[in-house]
Amino acid sequence: MLDFIIRRLIAVIPVLTVVAVFVFLMLRLTPGDPAAVIAGDNATSDQIDDIRRKLGLDEPIWTQFVIWIGNMLQGNFGESFFFKKTVAELIAQRIEPTLALAVCTLIFAVALSVPLGVLAAYRQGSVLDRVVMGFSVLGFSVPGFVIGYCLIYIFAIELGWLPVQGYVRIGVNFWGFLERMVLPSLTLSVGFIALISRITRASVLEVLNEDYIRTARAKGLSNRVVLMRHALRNAAVPILTVIGLGIAILIGGAVVTESVFGLPGLGRLTVEAVLSRDFPTIQTVILMFSVVYVVINLLIDISYTLFDPRIRY
Amino acid sequence: MSTITEEVVDSASIAAASTKRKSLWLTAIKNPNVIIGGTILLVMLMVAILAPFLGTVDPTRIDPAGRNKKPGAEITMRLDDGTTVKRVALMGTDSLGRDVYSRVLYGARVSLAVGVAVAIIAVAIGVVIGLISGYIRWLDGIIMRIMDGLMAIPGILLAIALVSIWRAGLITVIFAIVVPDVPRVVRLVRSIVLTVREEPYVEGAISVGTPSWVLMFRHILPNCVAPLIVQGTFLAAAAILVEAALSFLGIGIPPEIPSWGNIMAEGRTLFRVFPHNILYPGIFLAFTVLAINIMGDGLRDTLDPKMSKKV
Amino acid sequence: MSDTKRPVLEVRNLSVTLPAGADRVHAVEKVSFTVNPGEIVCLVGESGSGKSVIAFTVMGLLAKALKPTSGEILLEGENILTVGETRLRELRCTRMSMIFQEPMTALNPVMTCGQQIDEVLETHTQLDQAARKAKIIAILDRVKLPEPERIYASYPHQLSGGQRQRIMIAMALVLDPVLLIADEPTTALDVTTQAEILKLIAELQTLEGTGVLFITHDFGVVAEIAHRVAVLRWGELVEMGPTEKILSRPEHGYTKMLISSVPSIHPAHRGVRKDGPTVLRTEKLGKTYSGNAFFQKARVVKAAVDVNLDIRRGETLGIVGESGSGKSTVARCIARLIDPSEGKIFLGDTEIATMKAGKLRPHRRRVQIVFQDPYRSMNPRITVGDSIIEGPMNFGLKREEALARARGLMETVRLDPNSLDRFPHQFSGGQRQRICIARALAMEPELLIADEAVSALDVSVQKQVLELLDEIRVRLNLAVLFITHDLRVAAQICDYVAVMSKGRVVEYGSAEQVFGAPKDDYTKALFAAAPGRHWEFGKFAA
Repeated sequence: MLDFIIRRLIAVIPVLTVVAVFVFLMLRLTPGDPAAVIAGDNATSDQIDDIRRKLGLDEPIWTQFVIWIGNMLQGNFGESFFFKKTVAELIAQRIEPTLALAVCTLIFAVALSVPLGVLAAYRQGSVLDRVVMGFSVLGFSVPGFVIGYCLIYIFAIELGWLPVQGYVRIGVNFWGFLERMVLPSLTLSVGFIALISRITRASVLEVLNEDYIRTARAKGLSNRVVLMRHALRNAAVPILTVIGLGIAILIGGAVVTESVFGLPGLGRLTVEAVLSRDFPTIQTVILMFSVVYVVINLLIDISYTLFDPRIRY
Repeated sequence: MSTITEEVVDSASIAAASTKRKSLWLTAIKNPNVIIGGTILLVMLMVAILAPFLGTVDPTRIDPAGRNKKPGAEITMRLDDGTTVKRVALMGTDSLGRDVYSRVLYGARVSLAVGVAVAIIAVAIGVVIGLISGYIRWLDGIIMRIMDGLMAIPGILLAIALVSIWRAGLITVIFAIVVPDVPRVVRLVRSIVLTVREEPYVEGAISVGTPSWVLMFRHILPNCVAPLIVQGTFLAAAAILVEAALSFLGIGIPPEIPSWGNIMAEGRTLFRVFPHNILYPGIFLAFTVLAINIMGDGLRDTLDPKMSKKV
Repeated sequence: MSDTKRPVLEVRNLSVTLPAGADRVHAVEKVSFTVNPGEIVCLVGESGSGKSVIAFTVMGLLAKALKPTSGEILLEGENILTVGETRLRELRCTRMSMIFQEPMTALNPVMTCGQQIDEVLETHTQLDQAARKAKIIAILDRVKLPEPERIYASYPHQLSGGQRQRIMIAMALVLDPVLLIADEPTTALDVTTQAEILKLIAELQTLEGTGVLFITHDFGVVAEIAHRVAVLRWGELVEMGPTEKILSRPEHGYTKMLISSVPSIHPAHRGVRKDGPTVLRTEKLGKTYSGNAFFQKARVVKAAVDVNLDIRRGETLGIVGESGSGKSTVARCIARLIDPSEGKIFLGDTEIATMKAGKLRPHRRRVQIVFQDPYRSMNPRITVGDSIIEGPMNFGLKREEALARARGLMETVRLDPNSLDRFPHQFSGGQRQRICIARALAMEPELLIADEAVSALDVSVQKQVLELLDEIRVRLNLAVLFITHDLRVAAQICDYVAVMSKGRVVEYGSAEQVFGAPKDDYTKALFAAAPGRHWEFGKFAA
């Protein structure tokens, strides 16, 4: 068991190395002097020299990488000249809305889509199955921002039930926070629900074809017991895997959704940083999201051992 | 007597096999999902090609007098030679007075071009890398680590990062979307190569002295065709969505080329008063992607039934 | 077996319809038979005979596409075709139970064996937890599983195939049903395990007076275990009677044909000439698989160790062994589909064990291999003709010449030369195996390797392919390496036999010597386990 965890952890190292190398190279691939690019358009030549010295830009490239990765590991993400803050401060300021959005979406989507998928599989070919599958194709096809604006139009503008845009910190006014989370979470959920209900249905259907399901029926167990006790637990591993991979969709969706609903989160920050060519911020955000994504998937990998006793190595 | 029994014994499996092989492409074309999706897509393609002949005007033409008109409003256009023409703005105009109907129809060109180009380029690059990875053992480890690393960066973020390096434009957007897709194609091709090369018929070909490249192209690669067509379809659908998202965020296709995403981006600020700027391109976008996805589902069910079990 | 008692199972005029578009209308047509208490009835037939369909119909576990259309199935007088789903569920595992072919997949991998048996008791009895556990431990003990307490807490993947089948038997018999349905329960097991499981089933059913409906394709098993036999062909019951009568005095032509197709376990007398030149010789051939893993001692599997074999022209050497014995590894090393880890392989005078791919290519022609699975050994996308001529053309033959050779070979394997432009799926399994032989022969090899080449075939087809192989060996004066797990097949086709166990050759000699007077303990155990070894099939009484 411990062995398994250690080996999973080790397997993550090359993945993160590739990510780090890519993010590091980003700046070098941009045309122009990296120091000047970082400093932005209004920088003085002193500032540029200062940056050059700090990043060791006169050193060979692999030394630069070591310096850069060392800084990153220490939480020293550099300075955003556009926002006139350190990147660390910037991220601390912007993390709450994104985290809130992600958690709300995840809970809502999983709670809804797994039962839907199971029911669709159980009643394969029924009206319910068709509706769930039809919704899932639709959910894959309609982009988040279109859904977001439709929801705003219906619930905020026409019905006036919910605020149109904006964010209230959870500590400031919980009700206001919740009110402003409903539509963004709903928007972001659509694609996620489509994905997970589909994979749940497919996995359960596949498990229902297994020999041991036949054995369970031959034992005289009721359909409900066969489904819940035998099928669902065996289908858990692929479902969890896709939830983990779906985090990527969630992160990408957050960028768009935050822009639609004017949430001052990391997604919005990414777009602002790209528009202002603020490379230290772009690099840090991408690195951070990737690390989060990899770590979540690592945790999911490890959680397989809870569901499947065969996974021990 | 014995030959008769042999025939009998295998007839069931032969029947199954022959239906599976012979009419694979035929059943794919006859699948209702493929027909429905394909038809919508074909209509969209015609719209894109015939955009100049469908009552459109120059989609980039700015008209300060005709700004922010609601759909159906009658506007007077002043032409270059000084004459004026009255026409009905079917989908209204945007805040610069550009005709949304024309922009939406021309926008179909960008979306479809991006979808097709991304699918083809990603599949082409992916096949080459996938074959190398599946066939040359010592390169496999390195290639797959790089692919894993690329897959660890959420797709849209990777595309955003690449756009930020290259500056926005049609070609850069296409490549920015291709890069995150390549590892997915590589994985598919590699897994097929690794499975198929264990098949007895491939080992049989090895033992009759078939050279590696013949082995690859004659015995292994044909197995990839159907799954790749299916995957390519889904890649195209996703690419259209990503392009729209990038353009919507203002970091994709620049506004002088109309695309559904940047029409919506333009409409964001005045959304409360003039929702049509987002509604119409949104409908076109959703319909197109839906059509491709429906077609993809149909193709997958018929061409690649093993994959339909997965998702 | 008192005939006065009511039969536990009575099947009357049962027909089951296949879905539209299948090759025939009925999977099972107008089949009637009975199973009495304490009696084992075998349903025998080749693939597609409908024997499993009958078993699943009785349990009510048929796939939805199949529908019983007429007849009745009486379980202790109750027609289970008309009772509802609820009643069926009550009957399952209490009055009738079933065990399946694949013990490896028949148990839920994420529940312990104890839990899985416990479910039966939980569903069908009012026993409390302690009583249930006691009952389970007792039944685990009765199916002779060691350390029942440990097994109770084990997951299926921690047990061997034989142990898993015992768990299935325990689960099936824990509530003393009157009827046990066994669907090829030993087919996926090795011969020694098979013998133990057969013995266990026989013992338990005698003790409890359970009626057993036993589905099999193997006449050895029939001879071993059955009281009465029903022979099925194409969904119809051909003949039924007491085992002794069916085996020695069958009336129906099909039954006769089937039984006489079963190879004898006594080696045929074959004039072994010892004068041909040596075609293949291996010296201390070995193959080691090592999985490399961080922070773990590398798991090393010695698939083959110190294997010394030699084959002369015109001879057949058989390698027999159970699964995992390394017999296929040796074959694949010799064909250089995998690289041996140590030792030498001499093909004539050429050592090929360590030869590099480029140099090896000209020698590939000299060794050809025929695989087990006829459905996967030919590229489904190209015609059989193209498959056959691929090899010769690789070695420079022109297409026309290669095709001419292919036509000749089709005749050699008794297929129509005009069917060269057809695709593999248009042939039956036995025909495909012949085409594979033709493809191998097209290379004019010195050594032909048959890796379980007849194992996937029905017994009647198997017989034809075996005869064909032997005929070709004589005619072309070929050396043949024949890999099989089937002792009967080996006895009929081999001049020499090497018995492998755990990667090593434990006994090696002429077929008569090895089969007649085995010296090694493992060989003796293997032969003793062969089902129906006391029965000489096909010697019918007048």
